[in-house]
Amino acid sequence: MTNPIKDVLKAKAILAIGTNTTENHPIFANYVKEAVLKRGAKLIVADPRRIGLVDYAAIWLRHRPGTDVALINGLMHIILHKKALHKKEHIETCTVGFEEFAANLEKYTPEYVSKITGVSVEDLEAAAVIYAESSPASILYAMGITQHTSGTDNVKTLGNLAMLCGNIGVVGGGVNPLRGQNNVQGACDLGALPNVFTGYQKVADEEVRQKFAKAWGLEELSAVPGLQVTQMFPAAEEGTLKGMYIMGENPLVSDPDLHHIEKAVKKLDFMVVQDIFLTETAQLADVVLPGVSFAEKDGTFSNSERKVQRVRKAIEPVGEAREDGWIICQLATAMGYSMEYVDSRTVMDELRKLTPSYAGISYERLEKKAIAWPCPTEDHPGTPILHVGEYACGKGVFFPIEFRPPAENPDAEYPFILSTGRVLQHFHTGTMTRKGEGLSQLYPEPLAEVNPADAEKLGVEDGDFVNIASRRGNIKVKAWLTDRPAPGVVFVPFHFGETAVNQLTNAALCPDSGIPEYKVCAVKVEKAS
Amino acid sequence: MVTLTIDGKEVKVPQGTTILAAARTAGIRIPTLCYHGRLDPIGSCRMCVVEIEGIAHPMAACTTPVEEGIAVISNSDRIQRIREDSLKLILVNHPLDCPICDKGGECLLQDLVYEFGIDKVEYQAPKPARESLYATPLIRYWPDRCVMCLRCVTACREIKGIGAIEIKGEGYGSQVVVIDAEKCQSCGECLSVCPTGALTENLSRFKGRPWLVERVPTTCTYCGCGCQLELNVQNNRVIGVTTQEGKGVNLGSLCVKGRFGYEFIGSDERLTTPLIKKDGEFKEASWEEALTLVAERFGAIKEEFGPDAIGGLSSARCTNEENYLFQKFMRGVIGTNNVDHCARL
Repeated sequence: MTNPIKDVLKAKAILAIGTNTTENHPIFANYVKEAVLKRGAKLIVADPRRIGLVDYAAIWLRHRPGTDVALINGLMHIILHKKALHKKEHIETCTVGFEEFAANLEKYTPEYVSKITGVSVEDLEAAAVIYAESSPASILYAMGITQHTSGTDNVKTLGNLAMLCGNIGVVGGGVNPLRGQNNVQGACDLGALPNVFTGYQKVADEEVRQKFAKAWGLEELSAVPGLQVTQMFPAAEEGTLKGMYIMGENPLVSDPDLHHIEKAVKKLDFMVVQDIFLTETAQLADVVLPGVSFAEKDGTFSNSERKVQRVRKAIEPVGEAREDGWIICQLATAMGYSMEYVDSRTVMDELRKLTPSYAGISYERLEKKAIAWPCPTEDHPGTPILHVGEYACGKGVFFPIEFRPPAENPDAEYPFILSTGRVLQHFHTGTMTRKGEGLSQLYPEPLAEVNPADAEKLGVEDGDFVNIASRRGNIKVKAWLTDRPAPGVVFVPFHFGETAVNQLTNAALCPDSGIPEYKVCAVKVEKAS
Repeated sequence: MVTLTIDGKEVKVPQGTTILAAARTAGIRIPTLCYHGRLDPIGSCRMCVVEIEGIAHPMAACTTPVEEGIAVISNSDRIQRIREDSLKLILVNHPLDCPICDKGGECLLQDLVYEFGIDKVEYQAPKPARESLYATPLIRYWPDRCVMCLRCVTACREIKGIGAIEIKGEGYGSQVVVIDAEKCQSCGECLSVCPTGALTENLSRFKGRPWLVERVPTTCTYCGCGCQLELNVQNNRVIGVTTQEGKGVNLGSLCVKGRFGYEFIGSDERLTTPLIKKDGEFKEASWEEALTLVAERFGAIKEEFGPDAIGGLSSARCTNEENYLFQKFMRGVIGTNNVDHCARL
């Protein structure tokens, strides 16, 4: 996120697009609601589903899944070409690429965009005016934006919109992706990515490689960017990837087109899974190593607003389970490279020497206060808001972006769009939230959200089972008749391994980010016998 | 700025400040029950009444804004009597079942009754039998313990923006009722602001007295908000989750997963030993056996097919330090950049 979470309280308008905030980031949603109910902010919700935030919205744009670029281009066309509400001074002094971008918007007239998105011309105009005339305005998004083959384009388009109205680097503004997992930010920051070391330092950079090799006492490190998660399984299927070490992940439920994933995993010569439960993935492993939960370890997590915060050990590990860091070090040592650390603090002290953005973040400081990176020195206060004064990389770049439809669209045989995601009561593959009684009492089994109009045509009543099939697989799941999805769209949560909706999803990837198109694939829905 | 005196002490505070906030700035304690730092003043309990010179009626300090030149008396015999009477009226309804109450030991009402030394209640009232069904199975409502402070109702409306609960009924028959069960998200905001044991958590009921649990401050393990919470630990088990008012990005608020999603930690299904698959079946193994086998197999693959034939998936569930170590292992020990995690999924 460019801005802190509570900053949204200072926004005059909020555009929430592709984020089911009340269910996936409930505490953030508290502040969105407070901004609306107590502070008079105007909320624009753009979402194909009637999500919880719609109840608080001044306007709800129910666009067709996968038409985000067209929708945002349409709003910008109105702001720029029809109403001239753009911030000229900000554009002139802080950005580049405006001419080409502006020319590209010309064809995205409200009428053209309305045809693509299904949103009325009046609503497009009203939303555009609210965003452009309320300053500052904050943009919030999540996986509803990124989990498309056009995901990176979607994000860039939102960046264009924020720059067009001068909402970057200001309190109450910004472009704010809500990170879906406790430490997904930190995993990226600390180099759990195939092309970068910690702090996004490129593996292709000779100087960077030498720095890490020297610090780690090695002669050299590989310069070849590695495989992304969504490339590893195809590589395993082709036979070029032979072994895998999987820590705290459950791809056999979370990844797209599961039948392929399972085939790939079975082709591996050797797979080690380190987890706290015998997950669907662990069951296929050759060796399972018992790690521990967040309650049994010390360390830090970095949240969605780039704030590094302490995690503290509350209990001793259960049984013979061991801290994940200990396991990694033991394994390294068994392979002939000694890795020894007294505690998590000494790991932090090593990594921050190698990571400029974390350099000033010490455990001593974290005892007093969470710190947002970049924090280059111990006397640096941290950076709650990015791009203040000027953009981090000099000037903000406008990208001309064209609308591209999703990879797989409904047709006569598969007439519905399937979107997947989460529900409030569960988390990711359900490994944690489905153990125990509390949360499962509230949401015990997977439910396919089906619009009543569709249900009537299908002869399906609330609670009936339906078969949902795509070109890749099929599941049988209970139907919940609700106006949350639009007619023609069904939504199924992916938390449930025994009814894994990812058997159906399409492994088509965004070419830039490698993120699969979980939000759109074509399915057919029938009443189950 | 407005200047006033409280108990003869001069206090300067911005216009619009309440007498209660002004007193707190000056280090003068006024007892409260319904007041809660994150909520707009409710003014239901009458514990914070004070005298203002020249005004006949005592005023509630939490709802009365300061005025230039006023002289506030935070305590007097009359004020003391009013507060005592307010507590006694609450006790007419509130059973002294502290020995079996989960809130015993950290109950605001218990503290106040103790402070005022109230050992008997002269008043009696009819006690109608009341339905105690609540909005969510994760929380139990004890209508007899409810002091009608309205914190829960206000928090549901103000903090969560929901308004799923309301006070209904007359006099002693009043109770918290669910006006829209579908809207209730079981977040437990009501539970966390309740000053007494009128709302208790059902998952950890009767599991540990507040003074017997250790509270370890940490960061939530679910979404990316990074809420600050405390794991309540007894005998090496996590038996509940609490928060501190005003702490962290969440300001003491939590969602249903953060507050109630802790059972997995102590689940019987936890892996407690390394496992090695032999003939399609997992067999328990020692750490040495398991680590040696993994090192041998990865070593052999690396030898035969090169380091890029091995891939590693790190975890967004693990700490920064562990992610650092994992990528160091893959890059430095295995020798490949094939390292990623589930950010894309």
